[in-house]
Amino acid sequence: MRVMNWLRLHTGLVYLFLYGPILMLILLSFNRSGLPTAWGGFSLHWYQELLSNKTLLNAALNSLLVAGGSTLVSAVFGTLLAMGLERIARNVVLDAFVFLPMIIPDIVLAIALLSFFTFIEMPLSLLTITISHIVFNIAFVAAIVRTRLSYFDNTLEEASLDLGAPPVQTFFKITLPLILPGIIAGSLLAFTISLDEFVIAFFTAGPSRPTLPILIYSMVRFGVTPDVNALATIVLSISALLILISQRMGGSEGFF
Amino acid sequence: MKKLVSPLVLLGPALTWLGIFLVLPLALIFAYSFFQRGAFGQIVPQLTLQNYSRLFNPTVLKVFLNSLRIASLVTGLALLLGYPTAYFITQQSTRWKNTLLVMVILPFWTSYLIRTYAWIVLLNREGVLSRLLIALGLSREPISFLYNDTAIFIGLLYGYLPFMVLPLYSSIERLNPELREASFDLGATPLKTFFQVTLPLTIRGVVTGAIFVFVPSLGNFFVPELLGGGQRFMIGNMINSQFLKARDWPYGSAMAFGVMAIVLLLLLFQAWVTRRTEQA
Repeated sequence: MRVMNWLRLHTGLVYLFLYGPILMLILLSFNRSGLPTAWGGFSLHWYQELLSNKTLLNAALNSLLVAGGSTLVSAVFGTLLAMGLERIARNVVLDAFVFLPMIIPDIVLAIALLSFFTFIEMPLSLLTITISHIVFNIAFVAAIVRTRLSYFDNTLEEASLDLGAPPVQTFFKITLPLILPGIIAGSLLAFTISLDEFVIAFFTAGPSRPTLPILIYSMVRFGVTPDVNALATIVLSISALLILISQRMGGSEGFF
Repeated sequence: MKKLVSPLVLLGPALTWLGIFLVLPLALIFAYSFFQRGAFGQIVPQLTLQNYSRLFNPTVLKVFLNSLRIASLVTGLALLLGYPTAYFITQQSTRWKNTLLVMVILPFWTSYLIRTYAWIVLLNREGVLSRLLIALGLSREPISFLYNDTAIFIGLLYGYLPFMVLPLYSSIERLNPELREASFDLGATPLKTFFQVTLPLTIRGVVTGAIFVFVPSLGNFFVPELLGGGQRFMIGNMINSQFLKARDWPYGSAMAFGVMAIVLLLLLFQAWVTRRTEQA
């Protein structure tokens, strides 16, 4: 059909638009010359540069701490919330409230949190970023675990309770193993979002310990340098890998 | 069903967290937006509506309107690019469908900052595009394609296009193919079928996708900063500079609530569309 051929061409161009710039960046990161158009041969030179950059390694560590901490808390809170929303409180208003952080423009949330931390006189640090990231990560974990729960066969739990298992044991032996893939998928997603999140981190970070996106922002503002290409390639690869694993665990169905 | 755990344990932790770190902060800046700024950037708790009336001074109004214009254009363009793409994906075999969808989702969860940087590499004076034009003999001097509205457009479109494709995909996917076949059988042209059957029945996906693109485009501040050179202000830049440079937090808060008012109107519109299509 002719229409389908046009659609195929259109879709191909859209994917080229989405992936072209990224692929170009990856290619340039291996370019020995460091110039965007002169190919100086394949080289890992810019990657080696990164390894000796202390500021950068520290920022990467900060990001891992924030992402790890916020994921841990949101995994627990988000899972409990998903169970609560799915089984007890089916309520439109509550749903809207919980998913509010996903729709509020991030700059609004960022200035609100900055004002709040300043108001309660809590010094800005990695802890304030972590606290802030939990606010939106709860929603992401809850959304994915909830999808998993909607396929859940309730009779399994009922059988366990009827056979005399206490609720806590039923939860850990029946419910948890069945929804675990959802929790893992949600946590991986939360971890990735937190690792890459810039706007809220930018406003809630202390001056001395930036996360990686904050550092990248300041590097990029000073212009294009070849080592940023290498750094960008590493960060994109890690995110892509985590997201692909999350997808495999059934993380895509939580949205739309 | 027997209650496994009490609702308090399930809902308590998350709702408490959101109460403290979402509701209170938003309430705080809402209060700030009616307060005054002191001489040293401190907040003076004296009630005033001045911060809101200052939103209507010509410079600020111009920035608001310009941001609305840019966000609308980005949304329109995303719809034009996204709809045929989403439609094409729904027509593929399950395996291809999944692959193509994952490929849309993938960039959407990776660092937007880095993806914006990729465009700096492409568009700057010494960048790939400029060098390419020279190499092809189409230009003699290096040209910068950055620091204009088009660069901001491209950056926002690039970042938020996946937000458009996903909801469109799921609403087209849910469409019963027999409806389209019936339209064809009754002699309608493909174009007529599209505008009279397919598009009206997927309008919810269109509205959801449009909001998902419009809202973050409106509030974004680093794309205009990095690709627009910080010269071409959007609302996000203005809020950013009120908070971090001018230190007029009450004024910045009022701007934020200006944005929130626009978002709220859009969400009400979405709810209205949802209700109408449910009745139909």
